[in-house]
Amino acid sequence: MVPTDPAHTVAAEAGSSFSEHLSRHHPELLPSARRLGTAPAGSASAAAPQATTIVSLTYAGGVLMAGDRRATMGNMIASRHIRKVFPADSYSVLGIAGTAGLALDMIRLFQVELEHYEKIEGTPMSLDGKSNRLAAMVRQNLPLALQGLAVIPLFAGFDLERHTGRMFSYDVTGGRYEEYEHHSVGSGSVFARGALKKLWRPGLDQDEAVRIAVESLYDAADDDSATGGPDLVRQLWPVVYVVNSAGMREIPERELHQLAEDLVSRRSAAGREA
Amino acid sequence: MTQQFYVSPEQLMKDRADFARKGIARGRSVVVLTCRDGIAFVAENPSPSLHKLGEIYDRIGFAAVGKYNEFESLRQAGVRYADVRGYSYAREDVTARGLASVYAQSLGSVFTADGKPFEVELAVAEVGKEPYADHLYRLTYDGSIADESNYVVMGGQAEVVNDSLARTWSPDTTFHEAIRVAVRALSATRQPPEGTSGQAAEAVQAAQDPAQGTEVLGAGLLEVAVLDRDPLSTRGTVRAFRRIGTVELDRLLSSAEGD
Repeated sequence: MVPTDPAHTVAAEAGSSFSEHLSRHHPELLPSARRLGTAPAGSASAAAPQATTIVSLTYAGGVLMAGDRRATMGNMIASRHIRKVFPADSYSVLGIAGTAGLALDMIRLFQVELEHYEKIEGTPMSLDGKSNRLAAMVRQNLPLALQGLAVIPLFAGFDLERHTGRMFSYDVTGGRYEEYEHHSVGSGSVFARGALKKLWRPGLDQDEAVRIAVESLYDAADDDSATGGPDLVRQLWPVVYVVNSAGMREIPERELHQLAEDLVSRRSAAGREA
Repeated sequence: MTQQFYVSPEQLMKDRADFARKGIARGRSVVVLTCRDGIAFVAENPSPSLHKLGEIYDRIGFAAVGKYNEFESLRQAGVRYADVRGYSYAREDVTARGLASVYAQSLGSVFTADGKPFEVELAVAEVGKEPYADHLYRLTYDGSIADESNYVVMGGQAEVVNDSLARTWSPDTTFHEAIRVAVRALSATRQPPEGTSGQAAEAVQAAQDPAQGTEVLGAGLLEVAVLDRDPLSTRGTVRAFRRIGTVELDRLLSSAEGD
């Protein structure tokens, strides 16, 4: 028998990371453990639904994240109902653009990761800690990203130590970048960012911030075919979460319905091209 | 080769059980009780950070007495079991029964196979939508599992606490009332029968009105947590477990004295 240091064995077993526990004992359950074999690069993205635009912006006292409701597969609409923004825990939210199937699994794993840490350690993880854990998960997905199945998250939360809302964006290699004021990811992000540049200003209140998020998604949907606008026929509105010192909260549908209708009627009344 | 002395299996098991029981009897008591609002956990624990009570999953809580390092490793193993199961199946598929049977198996195998049995006693509780759907399981050092109803008392002077609860527990109470009942029951152990022994003396002792006779435990010596019956509508989360902090507990207990 190989002599092992018992203290080391105990310390190695006593991790508080759920994904590390999975990779040691149940590697088949990790989303990043999936392998495509020798599929040629780039071929997978047309075969799997892609989630599109997410916007996030800060306002006085917190941070907000919103996502449209469309997933596309090539030139087809794969889903009109998909939700791409989720609560990560009670003080942070997570939105994902890219391959929808992998993204939803990554969100689920990340939610359990945070809850697991909180239960094992008896205290919630810091916001920087959360954003670093997410970076590690994105990095694990790099082989699949190079085969065309990229997942690009956007993470926002309320920092209980600094008493401010913060946002983090990521690249496929797991690079983590803190963003200020506003940010967007996904196919319609260029147009959404253009709108945010004009609409965002310091010291927004929460209602204004929600209105601006809905409007920037409308502008993204206007120019990007993969982003869905407000759907008055099916009564579908963007998913919007706000996070402030009281925790995260989803904006109820009736408020978003009202905002979307106001926006559409305002634009119709203006009667201009854009 | 040296020859080992023969020890009969009965003697071996008895020695191990005595050893574990002695370890558990040294600890302070823990009460888990059901009520109308959910399930309340009350432990006598002067440490604010070394918890005896813990959250396992959405509707499942954990309470333990005995050696801290042993029940803490069991608690963490339970959290891992529940999170893996909830992640690979669905959140509703994590049940207290499944968890309790895993605990029973590991406690049982440690008791028979390892050098030393775990000196712990555990309770696993799952809060239901209605009081009849609550589950309480008691697990002992040898892996025995018991499906309890109404309340579970574990630890050093469990009988004294049990006697008190048998008279004062009622199903249709709020958390506040249930916690007060549990604190009074735990306080009954504060004045151990002196110079007397036997049931009669203990009954007399426990029958004293706690407000007049026995010193009631203060918030600083207690660890209290609850499992809310309907956390989604009251707090907007699926996680029913909530710790009652010292400040809130102090207010709750002092309002009891004012009654």
